[in-house]
Amino acid sequence: MPSSVSTLTEERTEEAAPPPPKSSSGCRRWAAWASVAWFLVPALVLFLVFVLAPIVVAVWTGFFKWGGIGPMDDFVGFGNYTKLFDDQVFLGDLGRGLYLILMSVLVQLPFALFTAVLLNQKLRGRAVYRMLFFAPYILSEVVTAVLFTMIFLPGAGMADHLAGFFGLEGLQGKWLADPSTVMPTLFVVMIWKYFGFHMMLFLAGLQSIPSEILEAASIDGAGAWQRFRHITLPLLGPTIRISVFLSIIGSIQLFDLVWVMTAGGPNHSSETMAIAMFQFGFKRYQVGYASAISVVLFMISLVFSLFYQRYVLRRDLTGAVTSGGGR
Amino acid sequence: MNARRTVRGLSLHAVVWLISAFVAVPLLYAVISGFKSTAELTNNPFGLPEHWKIGNYTGILGDGMFWRQIANSAGIAIGTTICTVVASAMAAFVLARYAFRGRELFYTLFTIGLMFPFAVAVLPLFLMLRTFGLLDNPLGVILPQAAFGLPMTIVILRGFFRTIPAEIEEAATMDGCGKFRFFWQILLPMARPALGTVSVLAVVASWNNFFLPLLVFNDPKWQTVPVGVQQFQGQYSTDFALVLAYIVLAMVPALAFYAVAERQLIGGLTAGATKG
Repeated sequence: MPSSVSTLTEERTEEAAPPPPKSSSGCRRWAAWASVAWFLVPALVLFLVFVLAPIVVAVWTGFFKWGGIGPMDDFVGFGNYTKLFDDQVFLGDLGRGLYLILMSVLVQLPFALFTAVLLNQKLRGRAVYRMLFFAPYILSEVVTAVLFTMIFLPGAGMADHLAGFFGLEGLQGKWLADPSTVMPTLFVVMIWKYFGFHMMLFLAGLQSIPSEILEAASIDGAGAWQRFRHITLPLLGPTIRISVFLSIIGSIQLFDLVWVMTAGGPNHSSETMAIAMFQFGFKRYQVGYASAISVVLFMISLVFSLFYQRYVLRRDLTGAVTSGGGR
Repeated sequence: MNARRTVRGLSLHAVVWLISAFVAVPLLYAVISGFKSTAELTNNPFGLPEHWKIGNYTGILGDGMFWRQIANSAGIAIGTTICTVVASAMAAFVLARYAFRGRELFYTLFTIGLMFPFAVAVLPLFLMLRTFGLLDNPLGVILPQAAFGLPMTIVILRGFFRTIPAEIEEAATMDGCGKFRFFWQILLPMARPALGTVSVLAVVASWNNFFLPLLVFNDPKWQTVPVGVQQFQGQYSTDFALVLAYIVLAMVPALAFYAVAERQLIGGLTAGATKG
């Protein structure tokens, strides 16, 4: 083995890093470290400064009552947090976040899976359908939001005309403008924009299922539903678990769509945590309080992610067939 | 039997068409409405325009502000992509191919970033950028976007770099090729497909970002497309047809990019999701 840096070239295994070669002198080892560091530093600096440091800043700022300008000297400890959890509107924000999560997981994902199964069959023009269903995902949330603001515009929008056509006059003029309909309306827009993404994930998963298994089951007399329930669904387990994870993280941080369509209104009835943070931080200049909201948002995502990765995604490391087939 | 199959095929198509209508009708509505006057749009929301009015579209296309926003978005997307991909490729290279103490720790650190919603960081980021004097400066958007793009990019590239056989590097070393030259002249050219994928993802994420440009840019001359769309809607909120024409034009670059880079985009998203 040449004793240059490349002695450290790793054999491609999943084992832990081998100890540095004993033969290399301290100077050489330092040179090896320096060149590794040279490659690592740009990403590390960017990451520390713009991803991790903001979290620290948010935690620190969250302990102060501060308007955003001037000295930060009014230390209130956990005051912002106790105020936060006494605030009915903020508790409502948490509830609305939960609503979006549940709707995404229980309505959007089954719909996406249904579409994926549909387009996984022999169907003329399925490449076109796939491309069409995925297209909204490419659009920015702002463009989507403005489009649907126009569609749901009271009086002049397409939705009111459609409601009139189908005899649903009760909905006319409501949609985004009424507290009782604003959340379901937002959710429809969410589905429109995001189901195609999950459909693509499911399609990739479906295509990795060997057709021999399904054929064998078919020969053994399993019907379409049985094949789906006992073969496709379990084998799709890892994809479904990732999909659930992504749609939950996405729902927790939903901002652009809501901000442009309703700004959290009418009367807080569509406010999410990210909207509340923005309102307090940038409109009402209660930066300390808004930072506390950021920290709560962060803690919720962190705890959820760690929990999910530890208890749900971990199974996928042992292989989909062994984990899913038994149940 | 044959009849049953036909019925099944028909109902299958009916369902697919129904979903297609759900997706396509809002888009078509916007495109067609853009050709109407607002007065006509209110009276005749669904039909084709009686007089195809191209003034909405041509008016926007003749406005320098629209092109300015496109140029800003494109410049920021390119800057973000270069920063993310270069920094990630370098880090992924050593994280994939060299054994050094703390390697897994560094890798885990980066993957933790996958769990952070961007919304969490936006307020403190704004405070920091203000302190650094990076407000109304494209770097104030480019650098944070690049930083938030790192985790996914590193995960995808590290996976790809691991598949390049160690023999190639050994042979290069024997021929006197140093680590840096190996990285630039051998590894990166070999990784072109993976680099294409992560670049496409970075471009799309940057192009669609709204939160950060909204906060960082006060000066209208820096406005990006999403911020411009929101502003335009606020400004012309009663001229529905004009607003719809504007968003149709704002969609075109993204959809054109999708048409060109569909494979990289979908491949990258599914790979990123399953590996992340």
